[in-house]
Amino acid sequence: MTTPLAGYLLVAALLFAIGLAGALTRRNAILVLIGIELMLNAANLNLIAFWRFGPHPELLTGMMFAIFSIAVAAAEAAVGLGLVIAIHRHTNTTDLDKMNRMKG
Amino acid sequence: MTPVFYVLAALTLAGGLATVLLKHLVHCALATTVAFAGLALLYLQLDAQFAGFAQILVYIGAVAILIVFAILLTRGAELPKDGVFSRTWFVGLVIAAGVFAVLGWAVLESVRAVPQQMAVPAVTVREIGIALVGRYVLPLEIVALLLTAATIGAVIVAMHEKERPKP
Amino acid sequence: MATSPLFTNLDQIFMILRDWLAGFMPAAFRPAAGVVLAVIAIVCVFPGLFALTTVFERKGLGRIQNRLGPNRVGPYGLFQPIADGIKSLTKEDIVPFSANTVVHFLAPLSLVVAVFMEFAVLPMGRNMVLVDLNAGLLYFFSMSASTELSVFMAGWSSRNKYSLLGAMRAVAQMISYEVVLLLSSVSVVMIAGSLSLPKIVEAQNSYTGIFPHWYIFTPWGLAGFVMYAIAATAETNRSPFDLPEGESELVAGYHTEYSGFKFALFFLGEYLAMFAISGLGTTLFLGGWSAPLSFLTFIPSWIWFFSKVMLSIFVFIWMRGTLPRLRQDQLMNFAWKFVLPFTLLNLIVTALWRFMGEGWLRWVVCTAILVVAYVLMGRVEMRSEHFGPRRYRYAE
Repeated sequence: MTTPLAGYLLVAALLFAIGLAGALTRRNAILVLIGIELMLNAANLNLIAFWRFGPHPELLTGMMFAIFSIAVAAAEAAVGLGLVIAIHRHTNTTDLDKMNRMKG
Repeated sequence: MTPVFYVLAALTLAGGLATVLLKHLVHCALATTVAFAGLALLYLQLDAQFAGFAQILVYIGAVAILIVFAILLTRGAELPKDGVFSRTWFVGLVIAAGVFAVLGWAVLESVRAVPQQMAVPAVTVREIGIALVGRYVLPLEIVALLLTAATIGAVIVAMHEKERPKP
Repeated sequence: MATSPLFTNLDQIFMILRDWLAGFMPAAFRPAAGVVLAVIAIVCVFPGLFALTTVFERKGLGRIQNRLGPNRVGPYGLFQPIADGIKSLTKEDIVPFSANTVVHFLAPLSLVVAVFMEFAVLPMGRNMVLVDLNAGLLYFFSMSASTELSVFMAGWSSRNKYSLLGAMRAVAQMISYEVVLLLSSVSVVMIAGSLSLPKIVEAQNSYTGIFPHWYIFTPWGLAGFVMYAIAATAETNRSPFDLPEGESELVAGYHTEYSGFKFALFFLGEYLAMFAISGLGTTLFLGGWSAPLSFLTFIPSWIWFFSKVMLSIFVFIWMRGTLPRLRQDQLMNFAWKFVLPFTLLNLIVTALWRFMGEGWLRWVVCTAILVVAYVLMGRVEMRSEHFGPRRYRYAE
């Protein structure tokens, strides 16, 4: 028996929730970025699952969207990590609980 | 549900959980790589071969290495004294659980409206190429501009500032 | 003569053997049995070639350096790999006390697994590819990208400054040259029209007169092959790009803290990566399993493939013995300032080749553009060297 669509969607929802929990509960700025990457990946899984089970798979919409999302997520990870490195150079910490002032 | 799907889903979710729960940052980054690999295998199971291999190439081959370099450059390998979870961790957990509850309820309630099995679409790389320069040429060009801007921006943001000569 | 049944059978002998062996199983298991037999063949043949290559390398390097290589074990030292294998299996497996044991253990495993998976899409003869994937080239590069992370895992988990430095240098080098590798393969894909490796070989398998249509005999193909060869040498950390593991610089780089069987696994992984990348270069530019002259097609196709791969390995060994090592910043400068722009120009020249139509004009135009660009970029590169009195920086 093949896997129903709901199985993939539930896995994607759970992975999204795990990524969100990681982004909201950890101190280190890099782990927040990792959580964001997990959330983007969960959304990609949703896109591909709907493309596969949806009405017009020959239009390739879902797969194209997922491929562009992979590219954009990689670019965003690069810029975000560059920002974290710059902040570390300035304040010598990556602890988000300590970065609660605007004064540099 | 096929046993392969259970194994892959378990692998992905275990990787995700390990990312959030482990104390040492480099272990978290490696657990994220396991989650990415599990997701790539799920894409292969959904007959999206191009997306699966692109996921391995981009995420495991580039983003994971970027994360690891950033951890090493920001001295993340030492454990902080106050613990790894922030002061407001309980609220974050409740919010994440709430989001999952809403999404899960939405999926289970609406599953009747979507058809379950469709014929396997035979997607060749040739069709993807034709679609990329045909129907999706505008997103392709915009993504090219975006990647150029992101590359230049990341280099400028993370560059050492030039030392001004002391008067 | 090429189509006589003796030579076609010799050409397909491994397929015939596989089908005969799989015929012993019930009909439902035959495809799976065929795949398992092919995997067993790959797992036996390539490490066997690795053993032969280690002894050829040591003898070859010895001769280049005006000395004999190993010559004690067996005739002319040919049984040396057996002695090496027994030694590495019986050595004590030392793990440093403060090392991260799980990551330290998994690093060589993930390297060897990723490298073995690269062999699944190489066409080693007519009809002799394990899996004919539609996106075969993309699959190969994905597996090649996965090896970078295991190099980093090895270097970081050893808790050793030399290992970490070696791993960071190796990863930076591999990332830079991977872009070049991908771009030089894209020009082949543009002309062949497919990412599937058997189809790329089929596109090169025709002859005009007696000369083959290999892509290396076209101007863009030659430029692409040279760039691919440079990038392949850098990807596998071979001389002259072997600073991450140079013995005189960094002890042994990222595999300093490994001993015994794990070190043998790293060694195996590096040489197998060399075989896989040579195999891909052969498939993309040198015509894969097709014969060089049209009257030589009676020789079986797998002999041609493996001879071309061994020829590439010989060139790797030759380069190692002859050229000095590049410094890390020279290497990265070379990648980003010369090789990458030249490869991008090669893409444009390939497009020009494709759309110009048959005839002598496209040969002249493409060759002219590539030669002029090579000379100009060489001048720009060399002009930034400051040959003046040395400036010293002392530690304060």
